[in-house]
Formats: sequence, C-alpha cells, structure tokens
Amino acid sequence: MNNNNIDLTKELSRIIQTDDIFRQPDVAHIFIHHHKVIQSHLLPGLEIKVKEYEDHIEVNTTVEKDSKIDKPVHMCFGMLPEQGIQKIIIHNDIRENASASFLAHCAFPNAVDIQHIMEGTIQVGKNAHYRYLERHVHGLYGGVKVYPHSQIQLAEGAHFYSEFELIKGRAGLIDIQYEANCEANSVLEMIARISGKGNDQIMIKEIGHLKGERARGFLNTKVAATDHAKAEVYNKLTASAAYARGHVSCIEIIKDNGIVSAIPIVEVNHPKAHITHEAALGSVDSKQLQTLMARGLTENEATDLIIQGLLS
Amino acid sequence: MKNILEVKDLSFSTNGKNILKNINIEVWEGYVHAIVGPNGAGKSTLASAIMGLEGYRDYQGSIYLKGEEISKLSIDERARRGITLGWQEPARYEGLLIKDFLKASARNKSNDFIFKQLERVGLDPEEYANRAVDKTLSGGERKKVELASILAMDPDLVLLDEPDSGIDAETLDKMFEIIKEQKKNKRTMVLITHSLAVLKQADHAFVFCNGEILMKAEAQKVIPYFKNKCLPCKHKNIPDEKGAR
Repeated sequence: MNNNNIDLTKELSRIIQTDDIFRQPDVAHIFIHHHKVIQSHLLPGLEIKVKEYEDHIEVNTTVEKDSKIDKPVHMCFGMLPEQGIQKIIIHNDIRENASASFLAHCAFPNAVDIQHIMEGTIQVGKNAHYRYLERHVHGLYGGVKVYPHSQIQLAEGAHFYSEFELIKGRAGLIDIQYEANCEANSVLEMIARISGKGNDQIMIKEIGHLKGERARGFLNTKVAATDHAKAEVYNKLTASAAYARGHVSCIEIIKDNGIVSAIPIVEVNHPKAHITHEAALGSVDSKQLQTLMARGLTENEATDLIIQGLLS
Repeated sequence: MKNILEVKDLSFSTNGKNILKNINIEVWEGYVHAIVGPNGAGKSTLASAIMGLEGYRDYQGSIYLKGEEISKLSIDERARRGITLGWQEPARYEGLLIKDFLKASARNKSNDFIFKQLERVGLDPEEYANRAVDKTLSGGERKKVELASILAMDPDLVLLDEPDSGIDAETLDKMFEIIKEQKKNKRTMVLITHSLAVLKQADHAFVFCNGEILMKAEAQKVIPYFKNKCLPCKHKNIPDEKGAR
C-alpha cells in the first residue's frame, strides 16, 4: 500500500471512527476511495472481487455457503475532495445458510458537489441471514447527492435486515430506492432514519413483495425535516401468499418550514395474507415538547432531543 | 410562612365555559399541599395555567412565583425559575433513552447522578437507563421515570397531577416515600388529586368544586369534609349553597 493510500485510509477511518478495526485480525474490511480500493482485509468464507474503472467501480461480494462471518464486515465508501462522482455497482451474494453483517460507512465530509451513486443487487440464499447497515457521514453544507438503489431477492427462509442512517452532517439530497422480493418463510426488515435541514431533500422509496407463504415484511421509516427541508416517503408492501404478514410504519416530524409527505401502499391479494400500516406526520407532539420544557429545556432544545430520540 | 407561589384572582374560560372562577391560593414554601376535588372541578386546569401550558395561558389574574409575576413567561422560563409539573399521564418518547431524558432534566449532570435518581424511584439503573421512554414501559414505570426526571431537575416547587393514577400499591408507597423525603429536604409540593390516600400525604389542602375553592384548611380538617361531602358528590360539580358551602 503506498503512502497516499495509507493517508487516505487513516483519514477515512478517523472520520467514520473505525481506527480500531485495523488492530482486529478477525474483522474484515475494505476501503474504497472514489473508484479505487485503498485497503482491504478479508476472512475465510468472504470473497470480494473488485474491478476498478475510471468512471465507476464494480464490487462483487460473496459470503460462501454455510459460512458464518461473526463480526461485522466494514465497507467504507468515501470521497475526501469537495467535488466528484463516486459510482459503485455492487452485487452481494449471501449464499445458502450463510450469515453475515455488513456495515457500510459512506463518508463525504468535505462535499460541496459530490454524487454518490450506488446501484446494487442483493441475493440472500436459502436460510441465509444478512444485515446491511449503511451509515453516512456528510459535510456541514449539504453538497452531496446520494442515490442508493438496490434490488433484493430473498430465497426461502432468508432473513434480510437493512438500516440507513445519516449519523453526521447535512443530508443534501438522498434518494433511496430499494425493492425486495421475498419467498416463503423469508423475513424482510428495512429501516431508514434521516434528518434533513436547510434545503435538504429526502426521498425514500422502499418496496417489498411478500410472494411466498409465511413471508414477513416490515418497512419502517423515520424522518425529521427542519428549516426548509423536504421529505417524501413512498412505502409499498404487497402480499400474495397465504399467511404472509407485513407492517408499514412511517413517522415524519417537521419543524419550521419543513415539508413531509408519505404514501404508504399496502396491497393484499391473498385471502389469508395480512398487512397493516401506520403513519404519523406533523410537528413535534405537544405533550412531549411541553414535558421537556417544564424541565427547563427551551423549545429548540426539546425539539432536538425528541428528534434525536426518534432517529436513534 | 413564606409563600413560594401565589395565585391571585385567577379566572379561565374556554369554549364559553368558566373553568376557573376567581381563584386565590397561597402555597407555602417547604410544605406539601393538596388540591382536591372531583373530576372536572378545575384542578388540572389550574396546574396547567400555573405551568403556562399551551391552551391555558389566556387567563385573567396573576401568578407569582417567589414574588415574581410569571404570566408572561413561557413554560421553560417558568421551569428555570424553579417550578415543574408531573403529568397525570406522562408523555412517551419513541427512541429517547431514559438516561438521556433524565440528563436533559438534570442539565447534563453525571451518569452517577442520573442513576441515583432512578434508584430513588425504585428502578434499577442497569435495567432501565438504556431503555426508551416509550410504549414498552408500563404506566407505572413511566410514572416512575417521570418522577425520576423531576428529582433529577430538583426544582423548588413541584405540581404533581394525580400522582397515584395508573400505578400499583407498591409504586404508590414509593411515591409517598419520595413526597416525605422531598418535604424533609424543604421542597414544596402541590398534589392534585381526588384520592384520599394522596390527600393524607399533605399538610394543607384546597377543596375545588366547579372551578371554585370551597375550602382551604389543614389537610387533617379537609379529610372528613372531602370524604363525607365531596367525594360522594351529589351536586354534579355545581356547588350547592346550602349543602356544600
């Protein structure tokens, strides 16, 4: 690894607070800056093949059949410059009976005009378990556009859990599009927690199709929009097999001139399937706010704490 | 006796109905007071007006906290001057951890301090500090968390609205222990209640009916009146000149 790569790796790991993973031989990781791999460490049962191109990078990840990766695999995708486009085409294949948890850190701390495009496919094999946590660290000024798009296939008995979270900085533009097909006895859970401020725009489109008997799905979105931020949430869950069960939940909070909208669609076309949904949109609950104010917090402090809790 | 709170000629109407009619009360510093009366008498409305809650600020009359007129102050400004309110049905907060809720009330004191307040209300910090103040807590647990947040804030004056509502006998005993402890520490409490058991914790009481004060007296003197005339209220919240006064 050349000195430049060492510096980039150090800087990215400092930003995403993962310095310690380099000291742990049983933790797999891969660091990708722009369209280049700058550091990686793999473990038995985990294969990551990468093809670097000038305008994108292809990442093919395989967790072999029956392999259990005990500790989360850290994947860091980032760009330190202020401007540029990072395009990642990623295929994740979690094979039969395999189990793995991936923690994707997406870091664009200096973004003024950055696009992060991720086009993905995820296949979770029969009775395999896959957790995918995507955590974003952005800059303070919202100059980032993020497009995480993924097609997901869950085989019989597969479990898939995803979580998208902006942990630091301004959202900028976030356009999430996930669509999942779920076979019998599979479990789908997709959670997104994002806070927008300034003129941030948040668009979330999560779709799950419960196609197999006893497939279960849960789409859970929590968004806060303050200042002039806008958020649109489109959640759709369909059930077309006996005993398929699902729930769609969307909570969106506004403050100042924030605007939020939600379109929950639930579609059932089997008499023994069942899906529920709930949505709550509006300003911070008055009783929650007044309770904290009665303990001496200002309205702004109280609102921030409520939003922080909601998105935690 | 020094007044920590004075309410003078306070009236409040909403939707054309007079909820509070010319209320005058004095709350003595370091004492436990009770505001008793049947449902709908105006007790909680008075507490809401004193705290300055939304929808209860448009009253006539004056409220003095430690000699300062506080009617123009917001809820948090009143709180920072040393008063707080414990709700009958405490709020739930999705995702907000109990330790963070208490830390906010305590203005970011240490974890040790926070944990001590949980212990005081009978909640094991190991088990509860990292749980959320949400629907996974029972009504009694939420009530205890609310009380712990008040203890963490350590105000001079606490208004507790129906402190016994929705809690079991064991939790109620814990609540009474804390009331005694607070009194020992010279803190002032106003218990809003229609429960005889809660009234018995007070030194002094105000009997409310239909937005008016029927009686101000030592709690011991109010108990028989409240028990015999007020609780089996026959006049449906309308003070009966002959019977109730």
